[in-house]
Amino acid sequence: MKRHLISAADLSRADALLVLDTAEELAGLADRPIKKLPTLRGRTVVNLFFEDSTRTRISFEAAAKRLSADVINFSAKGSSVAKGESLKDTALTLEAMGADAVVIRHGASGAAHRLAGWVRGSVVNAGDGTHEHPTQALLDAFTIRRRLHGGTRGAGLDGVRVTIVGDVLHSRVARSNVLLLSALGAEVTLAAPPTLLPLAVESWPCSVRYDLDGELPKSDVVMMLRVQTERMTAAYFPSVREYSRRYGLDAARMARLPGHAIVMHPGPMNRGVEIAAEVADSARSTVVEQVANGVTIRMAVLYLLLGGTGFPEVAR
Amino acid sequence: MSAAGAAGSAQWLIRGARIAAAGAAGSAGAAGAADILLSGGVIAAVGSGLGRAGVRVLDAGGLIALPGLVDLHAHLREPGREDAETVETGTMAAALGGYTAVHAMANTEPVADTAGVVEQVWRLGRAAGHCDVQPVGAVSAGLAGARLAELGTMADSAARVRVFSDDGRCVADPLLMRRALEYVKAFDGVIAQHAQDPRLTEGAQLNEGEVSGRLGLAGWPAVAEEAIVARDCLLAAHVGSALHVCHVSTAGSAEIIRWAKSKGWPVTAEVTPHHLLLTDDLAAGYDPVFKVNPPLRTAADVAELRRALADGTIDCVATDHAPHPAEAKETAWPEAAPGMIGLETALRAVQRAMVDTGLLDWGGVADRMSARPARIGRLAGHGGPLEAGRPANLTLYDPAAPAAAVTHGASKSRNTPFAGMELPGRVVATFLRGVPTVLDGMPA
Amino acid sequence: MCATRPEVPADRQGIAVLDAEEIRRALTRIAHEILERTHGGAGIVLLGIPTRGVPLARRLAARIGDFEGLAVPCGSLDVTMHRDDLRLRPARALGRTELPAQGVDGKTVVLVDDVLYSGRTVRAALDALTDLGRPRAVQLAVLVDRGHRELPIRADYVGKNLPTSQREVVRVLLAEVDGADAVLIGGDGRRR
Repeated sequence: MKRHLISAADLSRADALLVLDTAEELAGLADRPIKKLPTLRGRTVVNLFFEDSTRTRISFEAAAKRLSADVINFSAKGSSVAKGESLKDTALTLEAMGADAVVIRHGASGAAHRLAGWVRGSVVNAGDGTHEHPTQALLDAFTIRRRLHGGTRGAGLDGVRVTIVGDVLHSRVARSNVLLLSALGAEVTLAAPPTLLPLAVESWPCSVRYDLDGELPKSDVVMMLRVQTERMTAAYFPSVREYSRRYGLDAARMARLPGHAIVMHPGPMNRGVEIAAEVADSARSTVVEQVANGVTIRMAVLYLLLGGTGFPEVAR
Repeated sequence: MSAAGAAGSAQWLIRGARIAAAGAAGSAGAAGAADILLSGGVIAAVGSGLGRAGVRVLDAGGLIALPGLVDLHAHLREPGREDAETVETGTMAAALGGYTAVHAMANTEPVADTAGVVEQVWRLGRAAGHCDVQPVGAVSAGLAGARLAELGTMADSAARVRVFSDDGRCVADPLLMRRALEYVKAFDGVIAQHAQDPRLTEGAQLNEGEVSGRLGLAGWPAVAEEAIVARDCLLAAHVGSALHVCHVSTAGSAEIIRWAKSKGWPVTAEVTPHHLLLTDDLAAGYDPVFKVNPPLRTAADVAELRRALADGTIDCVATDHAPHPAEAKETAWPEAAPGMIGLETALRAVQRAMVDTGLLDWGGVADRMSARPARIGRLAGHGGPLEAGRPANLTLYDPAAPAAAVTHGASKSRNTPFAGMELPGRVVATFLRGVPTVLDGMPA
Repeated sequence: MCATRPEVPADRQGIAVLDAEEIRRALTRIAHEILERTHGGAGIVLLGIPTRGVPLARRLAARIGDFEGLAVPCGSLDVTMHRDDLRLRPARALGRTELPAQGVDGKTVVLVDDVLYSGRTVRAALDALTDLGRPRAVQLAVLVDRGHRELPIRADYVGKNLPTSQREVVRVLLAEVDGADAVLIGGDGRRR
């Protein structure tokens, strides 16, 4: 029985489907007069955010509150952490406060792993360095299943062709998505310049291409990753203009996608760099619904981890 | 604790030990059992039936007698980081590990780049008396890599520095490295390089490979070490001066050093016990006890490093003992300090990696852990062999002691990667110029 | 509970106290009773509690439709999130909640379940229902009432009263879920 959600690799196909199906049942909550369920009443969820991320923090906060949990927000700025308190001491403080779950976002890869060794509650990784962001991958999978399969319960993503484009080397979203989408049966392809791919990417459960244009007509889903323009100074690519020309999704490239194909982006977007404004605002773009789906998925994750004695063993 | 080598120290008879001889033509292996008589700080006699009255007897049946181990690379942290280790605690840990001489690296606070600091460290070692401390001098002032430190003055000081290293940092500027190699020829010095191209390893956390890509940790590519090793071998050949390569960690580096030696170039090299045993997949739990510089590499690298140590391409084992206080390791990986302690576990780790695997016999261990490091460090009085007339620096080791979990030792710090693991063997006794520093595995 | 029950032959699960024919007659009677007590079924909504309450609700809606030509709105109400015993086991998978388009405000909601026992499931259903709207009235129809109430809850419509001991297990099998209709009593020594 799992206590934590730290990596997408923690979830088997059956586990992932349980999360998606649970989210389908919770999705209707947003349309009800009372957008609340009593299930996590009396539980305390702490948002431990060492990196600024208003969007993700609010998403987890909304999810916890809709399940009637108490939420405590702990952000690094101006806190004892900024004054040099160690991650371990912060963890011990949370223990003393009786946190049932800690949602952690941290700039260092592996921070969620370390925290899990120091607290008794459940740890949910909301993004650790360049390692993973499992709830992002879950909401992405949920979004794909809703758009392409109508949200059919029990359905996986078998045969769905997903192309992930951009700075894979530094992307926790890419790592989690490659693991989760392939576990759900999707065929994942990474499209990026060689400098933005990890050295041993051939060992990952996906294909790798340097040419984006060749992949577009074959893709059911195109997922654009944010590119940090600071990468230019470390010689990952010569200029923003060249990056955008070779790997940016503009209207011309979007027109080459199959009719049913969707465009995704975890946000925040660099409009005009990796994604053109008209693409971001088009009907194919799932950017807005990804945000709503994020709350639903995080409700499902919190419920499955905290609603009973732990994440259930799912019969294979 | 008396100062080592006091005249009139007790006479000791070590009875029935198997002497590990580092033969010139390779290792002759451990011979039959013999008695060793220690008197007046030297080995008085080696043979059988040497008992006489008034002599303290140590029954060494079943034990291997090695010349006192010599470490070319340890961080004793004093002056400046006494929270992690002091010369007193570090040398006690060394003695418990079977060492009679330890080279103390220069990256202290202040840096050991003047006669004043190296003499301070040398005096602290003599006062503690657990083993000889040979200070290493910095190559560049302040380890800044810009201009040479006062190498000559340090060589002439009471500490008689011969090994110079900016370890912790790489001497990356090829011109500065050339000048350093040339300059120390005047006093038979050697430059020990920490090979790590800084531009290729900015922010690096772990060996660049499948594991680092999966864990989202910035990679430390093997080429960043190999490129510097190759460059420095060529420089050493060009100016005809001695290069020593610290903590070789990749198969490629070992091959480059083998090539350089085949040309007769003046290159020596060391490997750490942890690079002979551990691989980068141990980082999967993000526990920074496995974070070290250079990083743990792959199983293929471990296999090649063992082969290279066995055939002498790599001359010796050096611990790179790097103590850190708990708070430096109880953090997320990228924020943790790199380094592992290793003085107390080195011989046991080498038994596991090299002797129990049949790659090296005990004579070979004597050569790689005592004779050669003493020669490279230009340390008279250490390195054996265990013969009459030589200084009585020796170690008694029980290779048959059952494998036991590695527990807390004399070091102030606890950052050992072998915590909880079982290693074979046990250091039973260590003698420094005829005076025991360790008896029955405990401080004497 | 989310786990799918493995197919076990009826004789291993217990002895049959109601067969398919008796179940059919009981549902017919309940459908008539509902029509009587709701003045011809005006403004009613049938909500089945998953799992087996759902097909029972559909069968009742079909019979009412046959008798009166009335299309009764029918749906499902999952109570998992409102249970009082969640923390005793790993988190359970959720059943489906589907309200008919007309909703429940001002309606007479008839909750439908297979077995009424402690009453806790119905208590959870009442809480779940409160968060969905404000019915004019709530009634309860069950196929089997086996006694041993732990809360002040009673059924308005009962297919069969079945006195049981707490060591016995009552299993309802329905064709839509289990391939056949039957109500079985067996024993396994544990209170569910």
